[in-house]
Amino acid sequence: MSSDSKLISIPSKSMIPERDIDKTPILECVNLGINFGGLKAVDNFDLSIGRTEIAGLIGPNGAGKTTVFNLLTKVYQPTTGTILLDGKDTHSMNTMQVNRAGIARTFQNIRLFNALSVEDNVKTAMNNQMKYNMWSGIFRLPRYWKEERIAHERALELLSIFNMEGMANMKAGSLPYGAQRRLEIVRALATNPSLLLLDEPAAGMNPSETAELMENIRKIRDTFQIAILLIEHDMNLVMNICEGICVLNFGRIIAKGTPEDVQKNPAVIEAYLGKKKEA
Amino acid sequence: MAFLSFLISGISLGSIYAIIALGYTMVYGIAKMLNFAHGDVIMVGAYICFYATSRFQLPPLVGILLAVVVCTILGIVIERLAYKPLRAAPVLAVLITAIGMSYFLQNAALLLWSSNPKVFPPVVPTGKISLFGGQLTISYVTVVAILCCIVIMLALTWFTSKTKMGKAMRACSEDKGASQLMGINVNGTISLTFAIGSGLAAIAGVLLCSAYPTLVPTTGAMPGIKAFTAAVFGGIGSIPGAFVGGILLGIIEIFAKAYISTQLSDPIVFAVLIIVLLVRPAGLLGKQIREKV
Repeated sequence: MSSDSKLISIPSKSMIPERDIDKTPILECVNLGINFGGLKAVDNFDLSIGRTEIAGLIGPNGAGKTTVFNLLTKVYQPTTGTILLDGKDTHSMNTMQVNRAGIARTFQNIRLFNALSVEDNVKTAMNNQMKYNMWSGIFRLPRYWKEERIAHERALELLSIFNMEGMANMKAGSLPYGAQRRLEIVRALATNPSLLLLDEPAAGMNPSETAELMENIRKIRDTFQIAILLIEHDMNLVMNICEGICVLNFGRIIAKGTPEDVQKNPAVIEAYLGKKKEA
Repeated sequence: MAFLSFLISGISLGSIYAIIALGYTMVYGIAKMLNFAHGDVIMVGAYICFYATSRFQLPPLVGILLAVVVCTILGIVIERLAYKPLRAAPVLAVLITAIGMSYFLQNAALLLWSSNPKVFPPVVPTGKISLFGGQLTISYVTVVAILCCIVIMLALTWFTSKTKMGKAMRACSEDKGASQLMGINVNGTISLTFAIGSGLAAIAGVLLCSAYPTLVPTTGAMPGIKAFTAAVFGGIGSIPGAFVGGILLGIIEIFAKAYISTQLSDPIVFAVLIIVLLVRPAGLLGKQIREKV
C-alpha cells in the first residue's frame, strides 16, 4: 500500500455495533512536521482518523511516535503542517485548550498525581467541567455540593469501567502498576475527549492483562463512541484491535492501511527486521 | 507562670510566622520558586491598613479588608509581570528576580511613605485577659493571632483537599505538564496561589504590626526571612509543615529571648534550623525523597 493512502476512516468490522456514523474524520493531520535543530523528528505526517476508529501508530524505537502525540497535544508546536480536530485548526491553541477541545492522552511512563487519591485524580481531570467559582468553594454554597456530587458519581462510574470503584480512596501512588495504567486511561476519559491517545497502554503487562486491556479499549470505544489512537509495541494487540495502522520510521510514514496490508508491506518488514541479504 | 506566659506569646508570634510561611510554602509547592518579595507584601499590607485607619479614619475591619484586597492584587500583578515571563527560565534567574522585586517594593515604599517610622494604631482592641488572679495576662492581640492562624489553617487545608481549585493546585504541584494535558488552567492556578498567599500576607502584616507597632519600609524583611525559615523548618511545600514550623520557630525565639539572651535570639533560631536540616534535610514534615536507582 502506498504511503499516500489515508487510514480507513470508518470502522468496518462486525464487532462494532451499527450506528449512525458521521463520516467526517475527528482528526486530520496534513504535512505535520517538527524540527529539533537540524533533525526532522517528524516530517510530512499525514493522518486521518474516523470518529469511532481505533487506530494504531507503530514503528521502531525512536521513530517519532511519542513526538506525534506531543504535537497533537501541543506540548510541541509543529514547525510545519496543520492539525484539524473536528474540522477546527488547533494552531493557536495551547495544551490546555487542545485538551478542552477534545484530545486526552495517557503517558508512556505513568504520570499520575501520586499524592492524590484515585478519585481525586479522576476529578482533577473534570476540573473544567465542574462549574462553580472560588467563593462557592470557600463558603460551600449549594452549587459546590451539587457540582462535587455530580463529579463524585461520574468519577465512580468511570472507575467502574475497570472495576476500580473499590480503590477510589487509595493514593494513586500506592496502586499496583497495572492499576496505575488503567487509572491513567480513566483520568484521560474524565476530560470528556473525542479522541483518546494511548501511549503504550500495554507496556509492562502480562499476556492475560493485555487481553483484558484489549477488551476494555474496545469497550471504551463502543460506550463512549470516541476515536482512539494508540502507540504500542505489542503487535498482537495492535493487529487485533486496530482498524487502521500507521507505521512510522525515522519520523516519516512508511506505510498506512489495515493490519493485513501493513503486515505484508515490504517497507514495514524492512524497518522492523532489516533488509534481506542479496543472494 | 512566667513559663506559661512565654509559651503563649511564643505560640502567638509563631502563629504570625505560620501565616506568612503559608505564602512561601504554597508558592514554592506550586511554582517551585522562592518568592522573596513575600515579606515585603506584608509591609505593604501593614501600610495600607495604617493609612486606611489612621489617615482616612476608616473602621479597623475595613482597613484590614482593604489591605487584603490590595495585597491580593499586588501578588497577582507581581506574578504576572515579574515571574510569569520567567516560567521556563532557570531557577536562579527567578530567584534573582524575586530578590529584585523585594528591593523594588522596599524602595518604592521608602519613596511613597518615607523612612520615618509610623506608629501603628491598635486594630485589634487593646486589653488583656487576666487568669489565675492576675498572675497570667494575655493580650487580645495574642489571642486573635492564634485564632486567626487556626482558622486559616483549617480553611486552607479544607480548600486544598476538597475543592476543585485546591485539587488543581495539588495536581500542578506534582506535575504541571500532566495537569495541562488534563485541561487544568496552570497559569490560573499559579495566579490563585499567589493571590491567596499575598492575601494572607496582608493579614499577617496587620497582626504583626498590632503586636509590634512600629512600621518602616523594611518591617517585612526580617519576619519574611524568619517565616521562610519556618517554612523550610517544617518542610517547604507542605501546608501543615508551615504551621508546625511557624509555631515552633515562634516558641524557640521567645524562649531564647527570655531565658538566654535578647541579642542572641536570632542566631539561636537559625542555629536550630541548621541542626534540624542536618538531621532531616527535607524539614520536619517534608517528604523525604528517595533517589530512584
